[in-house]
Amino acid sequence: MKGYLCFTDGLTFEGAASNQWESDIQGEIVFFTGMTGYQEVLTDPSYKGQIVVFTYPLIGNYGINEDDAESGEIQVKGVVMASCSDSTSHYKATTSLKDYLNDHNIPYLTEIDTREIAKTIRTGGTRQACLSNHTAPSFVPTGRGQAYQAIQSEIESHGDGMIHIGLIDFGWKKSILSSLISRNVRVTIIPFTNIDHIWNLQLNAVVLSNGPGDPKDLMGELPGIKKVLEQYPSFGICMGHQIIALAYGADTMKLPFGHRGANHPVKDEWTGKVFLSSQNHSYVVDERSLSSTPLKVRFTNVNDGSVEGLVHADKPIMSAQFHPEAHPGPEDAEWLFDTFFEELVMKKGETVYG
Amino acid sequence: MGEKVLVIGSGPIIIGQAAEFDYSGTQGCLALREMGYEVVLVNDNPASIMTDYTVADIVYCEPLTVESITAVIQKEKPSSLLAGLGGQTALNLAVQLEEKGVLDKYGVQLLGTSVSSIQKGEDRELFRELMRDLGEPVPQSEVITSLSEGLNFVNRVGYPVISRPAYTLGGRGGGFVHDEGELKEKIQNGLKASPIGQVILEKSIAGFKEIEYEIMRDHKGTCISVCNMENFDPVGVHTGDSIVVAPSQTLTDQEYQMLRSASFNVVSALDVVGGCNVQLALDPSSDQYYVIEVNPRVSRSSALASKATGYPIAKLSAKLAVGCTLDELLNPLTGHTYASFEPALDYVVVKFPRWPFDKFTEADRNLGTTMRATGEAMAIDRTLEAAFQKAVQSLDISVPSIEEPWAHLVKATDLRYFAILDLLRQGVSVQEIHLHTKVDPFFLDAMLNIVDVQKEIKRSTLENLSEPLLRKAKRYGFTDASIAELMESTEEKVKQLRNTYKLQRNYKMVDTCAAEFEASTNYVYSTFAGENEIKPLEADKKALIIGAGPIRIGQGVEFDYSAVQAIQSLRKSGWTTIMVNNNPETVSTDYETADRLYFEPIHKESVQAIAEHEDVDLIFTSFGGQTALNVGNELKDTNLPLAGVSMDTISDLEDRDRFYAALDSMQVPRIKGGTCYSKNEAWKISDDLSFPLLCRPSYVIGGQGMVKVESESSLNEALNQTENRHYPIIIDQFVTGKEIEVDLVADGAHVFIPGIMEHIEPAGVHSGDSMAVFPSEVSEEVTGLVHQYAKKIVEFFRYVGPMNIQFLWTEEQLYVLEVNPRSSRTVPVISKVSGTSLIDLAVQVMTHEEQSILSHLTPPTLSHVAVKYPLFSYHALPELDHKLGANMKSTGEGMCIGSTREEALGKVFSHLPSPYENFEAYFIDGVESGIPNSSDSFDTWVKSDKAAVYFNDQDTKEAKARRIQALKNGLSVFSESTTFQALLESLNSENIEPIPLPGGKTKGVLTP
Repeated sequence: MKGYLCFTDGLTFEGAASNQWESDIQGEIVFFTGMTGYQEVLTDPSYKGQIVVFTYPLIGNYGINEDDAESGEIQVKGVVMASCSDSTSHYKATTSLKDYLNDHNIPYLTEIDTREIAKTIRTGGTRQACLSNHTAPSFVPTGRGQAYQAIQSEIESHGDGMIHIGLIDFGWKKSILSSLISRNVRVTIIPFTNIDHIWNLQLNAVVLSNGPGDPKDLMGELPGIKKVLEQYPSFGICMGHQIIALAYGADTMKLPFGHRGANHPVKDEWTGKVFLSSQNHSYVVDERSLSSTPLKVRFTNVNDGSVEGLVHADKPIMSAQFHPEAHPGPEDAEWLFDTFFEELVMKKGETVYG
Repeated sequence: MGEKVLVIGSGPIIIGQAAEFDYSGTQGCLALREMGYEVVLVNDNPASIMTDYTVADIVYCEPLTVESITAVIQKEKPSSLLAGLGGQTALNLAVQLEEKGVLDKYGVQLLGTSVSSIQKGEDRELFRELMRDLGEPVPQSEVITSLSEGLNFVNRVGYPVISRPAYTLGGRGGGFVHDEGELKEKIQNGLKASPIGQVILEKSIAGFKEIEYEIMRDHKGTCISVCNMENFDPVGVHTGDSIVVAPSQTLTDQEYQMLRSASFNVVSALDVVGGCNVQLALDPSSDQYYVIEVNPRVSRSSALASKATGYPIAKLSAKLAVGCTLDELLNPLTGHTYASFEPALDYVVVKFPRWPFDKFTEADRNLGTTMRATGEAMAIDRTLEAAFQKAVQSLDISVPSIEEPWAHLVKATDLRYFAILDLLRQGVSVQEIHLHTKVDPFFLDAMLNIVDVQKEIKRSTLENLSEPLLRKAKRYGFTDASIAELMESTEEKVKQLRNTYKLQRNYKMVDTCAAEFEASTNYVYSTFAGENEIKPLEADKKALIIGAGPIRIGQGVEFDYSAVQAIQSLRKSGWTTIMVNNNPETVSTDYETADRLYFEPIHKESVQAIAEHEDVDLIFTSFGGQTALNVGNELKDTNLPLAGVSMDTISDLEDRDRFYAALDSMQVPRIKGGTCYSKNEAWKISDDLSFPLLCRPSYVIGGQGMVKVESESSLNEALNQTENRHYPIIIDQFVTGKEIEVDLVADGAHVFIPGIMEHIEPAGVHSGDSMAVFPSEVSEEVTGLVHQYAKKIVEFFRYVGPMNIQFLWTEEQLYVLEVNPRSSRTVPVISKVSGTSLIDLAVQVMTHEEQSILSHLTPPTLSHVAVKYPLFSYHALPELDHKLGANMKSTGEGMCIGSTREEALGKVFSHLPSPYENFEAYFIDGVESGIPNSSDSFDTWVKSDKAAVYFNDQDTKEAKARRIQALKNGLSVFSESTTFQALLESLNSENIEPIPLPGGKTKGVLTP
């Protein structure tokens, strides 16, 4: 069956539709250039509500397994692939990607030129698009505040250890939790909408998670979050990093098209070393807005020079625009968690209650 | 001029060390010059582009030995040495130069990875120690230096084990060991093959997935992975003999990152600066992995990774070696992403090895841990099916019919891929094939898709072939010709149908970033799965140069040299150049060589499509060997503008009967003989001739299937072995005499001959396997005749372009043997020694730009004598008798220069001892020579440590067996008395003064 990917300006790509869809599927369209990690992408809450285009043409090769999901469900609204494999040849695979998407009623397009679509997104910027069985879908105005939909409502704890970390949820990925737990700590997940609960928990530090959409949707939450930052050693990842910047009065802006993939070189300005990072963001901290804040740039993107990470001038606060927890993507920045914990142990007792 | 850097090349092409080092070396040298260094190059491979003065400042075609490199260091006084570009050969030399204190003595700094790191990577014991320290798993193994140690190890771990001699090329002398008999043989040979007398025995992990990572690291410690690759063939088949897919296809992100991190760990611990290849094995049913091997240098895989991604590993490695860092270098392909950006692919790449078994029908076709492929082809597309099919099309082979497909599966042979297709066609399930081969079902599924489409097309006719099916077939890489064959229709009709359905081949760009950034690159591939994004180049004059495809015996790197020279020459005179080729190892497929590169199979459909898409003004078929010429012939009815003489003239020159008739009408003497279209005709022609005769198929490369018959019964035998499809065959009188040849350029009337080349071995030995001296010492009379006959032929055919003519001189008569109406194997040798680029001249006359250039050219004065010699890959094909004959067997050629013939020969044989000083090194079998040699029995001698040179020119079974045994023991074998005479002649020479090739912009250090 024919299916179409339609942009708001009328530009349309034809492919094969996974199904006769009941209605058009609208979402922000983004592309991912990594060659592995489709399962992680599909389940990453940062992709909540988006239509994801995979630029690598062979997707689904190793099926779907029980370990690699970043959350309990598929987060994307639709998928666009050059081809989707029926294969489940991997020993861990429990189902094929095709069945997985079909079983969860996630619409997808195949036999489509994903490279041309990526170029369209690149030149026209990230924007709304529709998957449809016809060429003239109608677009509806989009709501804001995707993070409000991505968070889980329950407060829950994982792991065990002397150190207790609060993971402030903007749409957390499982791998952030795994990276923390593997360092023998207890982690409690707190939705950002329930930030005041933090004060009941006797935490040693907080980690601000990733999340979807525009960080400025959360402007109203910043005062509460800043109070927490002032009190606890903090580590912000992706949206968490942007929130820290906003909380201290810096600005964020939208990139013409986001950074998404597993291959972005980032330079550590402190050591001069460069490492590869996993990235997934449409917004970025505006470097010019940092001058009047206590935040300093530690990491920059080698390709476009954009801000990739910050440290607070005198508080134990650090942040990364990229994903040190990887999944998908390289593990080259995993050491950032270690740095955070070293900092934490050093400062323990000074800034922490209890 | 800046600092002087000495670069060591990899030498002549042999199996395991081929054109990839010409590509890497060329890139590296150019990068160094770009940074202001003065490059002094030592490489005795004359057919390479690297040894051209467009690449290095001073070039020495000198033997790659410690003595000769030391002499060059003494003379040139370089401040540093770069060895990481010349493969195992250069790396071993660097280690030896360091160990012998040469680098210290002359204050030469080794650039890039240090000797101690190289040793840690190459020395198995040190490597395993390092892995232990790092906590990186390696298969259970042990370094042994004796048989008893080997037996002890096997008693502990059990068979099968893998034996790998330390520090050898392409796994030389290694292999699987299944029992004690094999163990004894492998250890004995392995200890001998290893320059440090070590063999590693390793528990077999055959069946694991084999994965490679190409890593770049700078001196600050930044690491990036340029590309990973997955072998279609699981562990057990040498990666050079494996079908390889890039990027990996069956690894989860978790596994991908786990192996990537392990590779970084290893490369960082080795403190590598530059490119490094890491080979790993991954259990297909757990996350257990092993580090198999590390190559701390550029390699065949790095060339492949460079072409697969557009990331120039060798070029950037050279820059890292002199102190640059990854975050400050731009990737020259995109011009605006940094070298620290890891390439993202939005296509799939398949590499397919090219084996020499079509020429060596007697060879053992089983594949194992010793590499046997001479070259490889690569294909790019957006479906795996198409990438597989395009790679196979690029091999330029006809797949033999397979009698017992299962026999090729369990013990892999070169035909395994084709046998799997056969079995799938017969309805055998993917699961069952996976069970026997351990090939991942993902790859087998893709092959099944190909088979299913084949079947569906076979059930169709031209009238009912549906649009969706034809679309699918084209997306899966079927050619119009193959679709036509399945339906018993014609290529032209399928093409018409395709046009009706508007199914067009489109072109896409390799941009390293999967379209994430704006990139305008000149690196292009075709696909039927996607829209077109490549606009034709805007230019006044556009030339398409057709390449030679994968390296094979008879068609080596010399044709890449021709193609690249042609591009350079055309660009100089204002042409916009477009290259089409599919060999990832070469300079011609470096996207910086031509204005645009189409990485595509070379057949009628693909070449015609490119020519039409670009609307080219001229197509060159003379510079890509027989492959390009053959495709030119297929294009002759298309109205496309082919450069040079018409394809009919080419046919007149290549068709034996027509050519002989022409020679007769010009009164140019030729050997008696003719073309036979059947067995009966063969008998008829042989009636007019006297034995011995030479039989061969027409239109072949490198004398394939050529045989000399001595009697009626052996002719009968030869004809019985000739299948119908081999006809027509040519039967000639076999005449003995001196073989001489010329390479010339003609403009229809004038002929330019820079000199005459003379073979050391008599006619009957294939010219590609002969040693040859240039310039020749033939008399003025013969020289006169050569010029006269060449001019007659050129005038008769109004020939324009490069041509090679082979003659036979019997001391009475000069015969014309054959003509190659294209740039030949010897063109680079002659161009380099004479300092005159024949290709440049050929291009000028073929573009009609310099009408009369040839008429006022005088032959160059040659100040030195060059000896070209063949190199045989005995180590990879130890079961074969390499007795010289009509069928070409060498894989590459080397060259040395002297002020006399004797001196040049002295350099060629400088690695061999003299029988007068060390008679026990020699064993002269079957003849009374008067030369001192060992008096031991052959069996004792051949196994002794003293043994070095074996001579036996007999045709008996025993002689054959002895030659093979001598080769297996790593000895130098002479099978022709003339070659042996040349060795004896060389012993008189003592001078090994290095002599630079003529024509350098800087003259080098002149010696008085």
